Amino acid sequence: MGTATTLDGDITVMNAASVIEARGLCMSYGPQEVLRGVDFTVAPGEVIALLGPNGAGKTTTVEILEGFRAPSAGHVRVLGAEPVKGDERWRARLGVVLQSWRDHGRWTVHDLLDHLGRYYAPYSTPDRRRPTSTGELIEAVGLTEHAGRRVNRLSGGQRRRLDVAIGIVGRPEVLFLDEPTAGFDPQARRDFHDLVHRLSDLDDTTILLTTHDLDEAEKLADRILILAGGRIVADGSADKLSREVSRDAQVRWSRAGEHFVHATDDATAFVRGLFQQHGDQIGDLEVRRATLEDTYMAIVRKEEG
Amino acid sequence: MNPAVHAARLGLSRGWIEFRHALANPQEIGFTLVTTFAFIAVIYFQRDARIPGTDLSLAAATMPGILGLGVAFNSLMGVVGSLAVEREDGTLLRAKALPHGMLGYLVGRVTSVSLGALGSLVVVVAAGLILVPELRAAGAGGWLTVFWVALLGLAATLPWGAVIGSLATNPQTAAGLSMLVFGGLTSISGIFYPITALAGWLQGVAQAFPIYWLGLGMRSALLPDAAVAAELGGSWRPLPTFGVLLAWTVAGLVLAPPILRRMARRESGSLMQARRDRALQRIG
Repeated sequence: MGTATTLDGDITVMNAASVIEARGLCMSYGPQEVLRGVDFTVAPGEVIALLGPNGAGKTTTVEILEGFRAPSAGHVRVLGAEPVKGDERWRARLGVVLQSWRDHGRWTVHDLLDHLGRYYAPYSTPDRRRPTSTGELIEAVGLTEHAGRRVNRLSGGQRRRLDVAIGIVGRPEVLFLDEPTAGFDPQARRDFHDLVHRLSDLDDTTILLTTHDLDEAEKLADRILILAGGRIVADGSADKLSREVSRDAQVRWSRAGEHFVHATDDATAFVRGLFQQHGDQIGDLEVRRATLEDTYMAIVRKEEG
Repeated sequence: MNPAVHAARLGLSRGWIEFRHALANPQEIGFTLVTTFAFIAVIYFQRDARIPGTDLSLAAATMPGILGLGVAFNSLMGVVGSLAVEREDGTLLRAKALPHGMLGYLVGRVTSVSLGALGSLVVVVAAGLILVPELRAAGAGGWLTVFWVALLGLAATLPWGAVIGSLATNPQTAAGLSMLVFGGLTSISGIFYPITALAGWLQGVAQAFPIYWLGLGMRSALLPDAAVAAELGGSWRPLPTFGVLLAWTVAGLVLAPPILRRMARRESGSLMQARRDRALQRIG
């Protein structure tokens, strides 16, 4: 029996504490209610994309989590602390990339990154050396050629890459990115996606990003949150969200030179029937579920009435 | 490694880097440059005029007051001006996102503004030594007094620059308004002509502010002993000078941190507003 007890103890799955917890989060600016009860949690190592129309409160939500703004009501915890009361040690475990910086124009890329990184040195631990080496980081964001250039001489996209580098120079355990890829060309966007994957895989960084790019959200995020009307109206993987909104899939095929389209909620059975009936005559078969964009539009439209 | 001490040290290096940036970009410290050269011009035009009944040149009588005024002006306006810009461009928010970042930012700002003010002082003193022969008579004791009065003057005005720069809802207006108040105070503080020529109540007002005492302290350091006759009460009043400047320092250091914190806490609001406006422009 003793052994069984021990075994029991061993098998008990401890729910890993969530890194981000928001419950009943409300925020109003005067009479204007921006958030009306936002609920979600994020587990360690998850990559979350926060989507929503302009003015839905994405930035407000992120700023509350970063501790830059106190919510009007609700419970919020990031790495176990209430963000507005988070101390410097807590702050050192966070990475922040806000929208639109124009600061430090006279500094060179290398000097600025090196200087800001040094603030994290007292918080270095054996398994998490802080800060990241400046040279490696500059290379990781593709700014090596511009390391000696003044920040105000960078293009918009380069500037944004520097912002991302500054956000991760302290090797954060949680990283907040508010529209990180605004102004990126396709190559920079792809490099950024690689970087996010690397952070998530190698450094186990928990990442919350806001974006308007649904394709990006689908590629990067384990889970997508849609914020509309001041609430989280959808929470799940891109696939799960699509299924929730519509189980219909479009099946296209051709037979004897003619093209057909059919909408069905059970594409597999439909296609099986199709082959049973017509066998080899079926060509150009294509089954298409609702894309994230279709899903997003449907959800937001429903919310906004 | 104590993280706060570490951040303060980073602030020092930050201040030094920003001071070097300023030197390399004269247009960005135009303000300090213009005032420095304006002061030198005043001394230049006054160098041959004598104060009636004495053999002291007008330039020699004005010069110490100008040094004191310059310290107060460059430090106060330096902080008000940089806060005005850096609240809006995201520098403060960037600092907020770092562990002990605000501490580093403030130490950096104080360092770079102090270096700017002291640099300007050194340039004006150098010009004075060339243009005003009487200055060369000042001994080591006199220059030591210049030094401590300048340092105390910085301490008495820097925190107030932070208070003004933080309280203002519109930082540009704050800069304009403090210029105006500064000009008004200067005109009654006995910098360019003796305070004894003013009405008694104006003398009282002037003595409540640091500018008068900075001027007095500098005159006590650099003018011949006989010049004390032109001062209020016929005395250099070193202890009251020290006392008043110290009182402003202490009051500033007590008031500035909570006001700065409050301002920094609110900062994301205005930034967000600006962002929203820009976003609307993009759509429209």
